[in-house]
Amino acid sequence: MKGNRAKKNLIVHIVLLLGVGITVFPFLWMVLTSFKLPGESMAIPPTFFPEHFTAEAYSKIFETLPFAKIYMNTIYTTIITVVGQVAICTLAAYAFARINFPGKNFIFIIILSILMVPGQIFLIPQYLLIQKLGLINTLTALFLPGLFSAFGTFLMRQFFMSLPKELEEAALLDGCNRFQIFNKIMLPLVKPGIVALSIFVARFAWNDFMWPLIINSDPDKLKLAPALSLLRGQYANNFPGQMAGAVISVIPMVILFFIFQRQFIEGVAHTGVKG
Amino acid sequence: MSGKNDSSKVYSYKEKNGKRQRNDWIAAYIFIAPLVIGLAAFYVWPFIQNVWFSFNDVNKFNVATFNGLDNYKKLFSDPALWGALWNTVKYIIIVVPISIFLSIVVAALLNASIKGKSIYRTLYFLPTVTMPVAVSLTWRWIFNGDYGLFNEFLGLFGMKGHAWLGDANTALYMIMIVAVWSGIGYNVIILLAGMQGISRSYYEAAAIDGASSVRQFFKITIPLVSPSIFFILITGMIGAFQVFDSIFMMVGPENPIYPKVLTMNALFYRNAFETGYKGYASAISMFMFVIIMIITVIQLIGQKKWVHYD
Repeated sequence: MKGNRAKKNLIVHIVLLLGVGITVFPFLWMVLTSFKLPGESMAIPPTFFPEHFTAEAYSKIFETLPFAKIYMNTIYTTIITVVGQVAICTLAAYAFARINFPGKNFIFIIILSILMVPGQIFLIPQYLLIQKLGLINTLTALFLPGLFSAFGTFLMRQFFMSLPKELEEAALLDGCNRFQIFNKIMLPLVKPGIVALSIFVARFAWNDFMWPLIINSDPDKLKLAPALSLLRGQYANNFPGQMAGAVISVIPMVILFFIFQRQFIEGVAHTGVKG
Repeated sequence: MSGKNDSSKVYSYKEKNGKRQRNDWIAAYIFIAPLVIGLAAFYVWPFIQNVWFSFNDVNKFNVATFNGLDNYKKLFSDPALWGALWNTVKYIIIVVPISIFLSIVVAALLNASIKGKSIYRTLYFLPTVTMPVAVSLTWRWIFNGDYGLFNEFLGLFGMKGHAWLGDANTALYMIMIVAVWSGIGYNVIILLAGMQGISRSYYEAAAIDGASSVRQFFKITIPLVSPSIFFILITGMIGAFQVFDSIFMMVGPENPIYPKVLTMNALFYRNAFETGYKGYASAISMFMFVIIMIITVIQLIGQKKWVHYD
């Protein structure tokens, strides 16, 4: 009976490890290729570990495109999007969850409607609006529409709704105003929500491709994702160069993920299954 | 004398209450103002504009001229649209069931009491956090017809290599493989959350009745995680309408087969920003909106009818 169970466990591990291998291998291959010379990457049969371990591909791509600047652009716009969206949505979500004011239901129904509309619907007019504001090829254009989110508001409202009402009623009787209640009482209590939303937004802002591709073409104002698509064109047969670009693009999110594993995974459960 | 006093007391209480309510309103409007202004400028007004554009010809200089139902007429006679819709449907039919099946297997194995559960979970989740563009670039390299590792791998089994991404008959399937690969981690997390919510007592009762673990899986686990499965099904269907990054990066607009492997979102992008038919692209986005609304309605009905809730 016991031996049978051990055997069963072994099979489970083998199947799971096989899956892990398939999941992780492309990342391994990405890293290994990035440290090869272009010639070696095209060798037949292929070498697994680089014979001449070299970081040449990395220095090359920094010469081809202003990657240092592109990196800073991506970090900067991601941070602004996270801080801005979380602040704007959390403030509004508190009002929708806890204060009765004229027009509340009407406005909230509009927000819910935005949630159901696919993003393509807004894209052409957003592009034309950014153009009209003279913001094409600016960093502002990269984050501006992302500061406002129906989803973020909806998510944070759920968190505020789950808190007991008595907390603020006591504070209101003590003469606290709404700003004090929000700041001192409610905000610390919705911290898990803020963490979940921040991770969700950071992942999206870092990885988003179509919007930055549309809005900016100046190499100094690019984000990493569209820069990789440029690299693919310019480095058509330089695979170590392409993979070096891929490695530097995924590394910050991977590091964040390994540090905040639990929050990432719980965040998916929160942002995925609504209600 | 005392009566007058009382009424003034009531009055002042009411006044105080009214003042507090007014302060609440002001606070609420201040709280929602940034959001409402931003959503109005970047979402509500653009929605109205997009509806209007779909009845216009919007030229390269972004000047709109009304052309009635022309865009919609073109929509229904455009082979490119039906091609893209068919590609999207194929994508749903193939990716969603395979992804659900594999995710259930992994989630069920992870739900067993085994060692290293959280390490497995983390590694399976990795593709979900990494940039789709970078991941697509890597897979493009693996599927490369001349030097790609995939062909080498097939060679081990005596199979002939192929330029998988250069052939209109195979490119979309390669993109689907990547979609399954990158979607499993997310689905597993959703399913595991569902499985961990199932009370142990069901399994204990079944074990007493002599039900095998396979039977328990099909009779207890599957029905009780059906809401999670249904959620994955719906998000998978809607997600197929958003596929863009992988097609753009793995095939790319410079490739002659690109127009043949477009999905709906890629077709929208092509018309809006590559060939510059913004009016027609608006009509495409309206068409996508209608389909996604239908899926959402199915979700709302289906949730009540087909899904077993605990």
